[in-house]
Amino acid sequence: MASYSTNEFKAGLKVMLDNDPCAIIENEFVKPGKGQAFNRVKIRNLKTGRVIERTFKSGDSLEGADVVDVEMQYLYNDGEFRHFMAPDTFEQYQCDEKAVGEAGKWLKDQDSCTVTLWNDAPLSVSPANFVELAIVETDPGVRGDTSGGGGKPASLETGAVVRVPLFVQQGEVIKVDTRTGEYISRVKE
Amino acid sequence: MPEDWQPACPLELLRLRAQVFADIRRFFSARAVLEVETPLLSHSSGTDPQLDFFTSDYCLPPRRRTLFLQTSPEFAMKRLLASGSGSIYQICKAFRNGESGRFHNPEFTLLEWYRVGFMLPQLMDEIAELIAVLFNGRKTLNPPQRISYQEIFQRYTGLDPLVFSYQDYCAYAWDNNQPEAVSICGNDHGLWLDFIFSHNVQPHLGENTLCMVYSYPACQSSLARINESNSQVTDRVEIYINGIEIGNGYYELTDAKEQERRFDKEIAIRRQRKRPVTVKDEHLIAAMEAGLPECSGMAIGLDRLLMVLISSANINDVLNFPICRA
Repeated sequence: MASYSTNEFKAGLKVMLDNDPCAIIENEFVKPGKGQAFNRVKIRNLKTGRVIERTFKSGDSLEGADVVDVEMQYLYNDGEFRHFMAPDTFEQYQCDEKAVGEAGKWLKDQDSCTVTLWNDAPLSVSPANFVELAIVETDPGVRGDTSGGGGKPASLETGAVVRVPLFVQQGEVIKVDTRTGEYISRVKE
Repeated sequence: MPEDWQPACPLELLRLRAQVFADIRRFFSARAVLEVETPLLSHSSGTDPQLDFFTSDYCLPPRRRTLFLQTSPEFAMKRLLASGSGSIYQICKAFRNGESGRFHNPEFTLLEWYRVGFMLPQLMDEIAELIAVLFNGRKTLNPPQRISYQEIFQRYTGLDPLVFSYQDYCAYAWDNNQPEAVSICGNDHGLWLDFIFSHNVQPHLGENTLCMVYSYPACQSSLARINESNSQVTDRVEIYINGIEIGNGYYELTDAKEQERRFDKEIAIRRQRKRPVTVKDEHLIAAMEAGLPECSGMAIGLDRLLMVLISSANINDVLNFPICRA
C-alpha cells in the first residue's frame, strides 16, 4: 500500500494509524510564522467508530489502508454471524455482531447495504439511508388522530423500535431514515 | 472551460482591500514614514529552517542563475535602513513554498515597516494605533492587551516556557490527550513551545481584541535582539486577534557578527534536516557591518487582517485568486 504525506490527507482518505484502519475527516495546516509546521488531523477509527484528534509534523506520512466500500445484499443471520453477498461476484462474507453494530437493527433479508472491507474482511456495515420495514407490534392508536403529536413506539420486524404517529397500525409497512432513526411515512403495499 | 475563472472572493472584498491599503498609506504618510519597494527576486534567501522558498531561473544566455522569491522583504529593507533611509514601510507580496491551508496561501501580502529609534514598547504603541485606525468603523475591538509570553503560557498551560523540563512537558502532553507531542518534540525545547503554544495557547488569544505577546523565549528569537536585562527572553512581539496570528515584530538585531552566527546555525540545521540549500545574504551582513541603525520592525499579514475584519475562517474568502485558481 502506498504511503501518504500530511499534504495528501484529504477527507475520506483511508490510512493506518496505531495498527487500525482509519478515515481522515479533517486536516488543518497549523504553522506559526516563525516555527514548526504541524497538521492537526481529525480521524475516525473505522474499527471502533471513535473520532480522535492527532497532530503530525508537516511532511510526515502514514501508510494507506486497503479499505473499500462494497454494495452487498444481506442474506441471513445464522445466530452467530450475518451473511452478505457481493452481487457482481457472488462472493459471500460473514460478519460478527461487532462489525455489524447498529446497522443490525435495520437489516432485512435481501435488502442491500454497504459493507466496508479492510484487507477483504468486513469491518463495518451501513444500512441504506431509507429502509421499508413492517411493524410487528404497536399499541392500537385512536382512529382519526392525524395530528402526529406525541406518537407511540413501534417495534419493527428487524428489532428496531421507532416512534410513529398514533394512526399507524400494527402490520403496516413504514419508511424510516436509518441515519436519524425517524419515521418518514407509511408505505402503500 | 474551467468554472473557477472567477474570483474566489466577492467584489466588495476588492474594495475593502483597497480601502485598507489606502488607510495604511495615509497612516504612515502622516508619520513621515517613507513607502519603499524592494525586489521580490533575490540572489539569496532567508535561512529560517522552517521556511521553504520558491526559486526561479534567471536566463541571460549563456548564463543561467537561480534566483529566490523573497519569503519576506526584511533583508532588502534593512539594507535601505543601513544606507540611511530613515523609517520605511512597504506593502508587498511574500512567498512561502508548501504553505497552504485555512490560514495560509503560498503567495500572500505583507505590510512591513521599520521605525528608526523605536524600541519594542514604542513599536507596540504604534501597532495598537494602526490597528485602531484600520478597524475604525469596520469592526469593534476591545482595548488592546499586552502580555508576556511567559505569563500567557503559564496561564493556559501551567508550564514555564523559559525553563525546559522534559518531565513536566511530557506530563502536560499526556494530560491533554496529545501524547504524540512526546515523539514529535523529544528534547527540542523550541519544538515543544511551537507545539503547545499553537495548539493550546494561541486559540485563546485576542478574543475580540488585539493581543500583543512580547518577550519570547530566547530560543525563539529569530532575528530579534536578546533582551538586555534578561537573557532568557528576546525582544520580539507577536500579535493575535481572535486566535489568529496577524504579525510579528522585533527590536532588531544590529550586531553583524551575531547575525552571521545565526545564519550559519540555521544553515547547519537546514543541512542536517536535508532541506533545500540556501545562500546566506552577504549583502545584509555587509550592511549590518556598515551599521544598521537602532530600530524596530514589524510585519503584518494583510490577508489575515482582512479575514479578521470580515470574521472569515478561510483565507480564500479574502483572495481573488488563491493558489488553486491562480
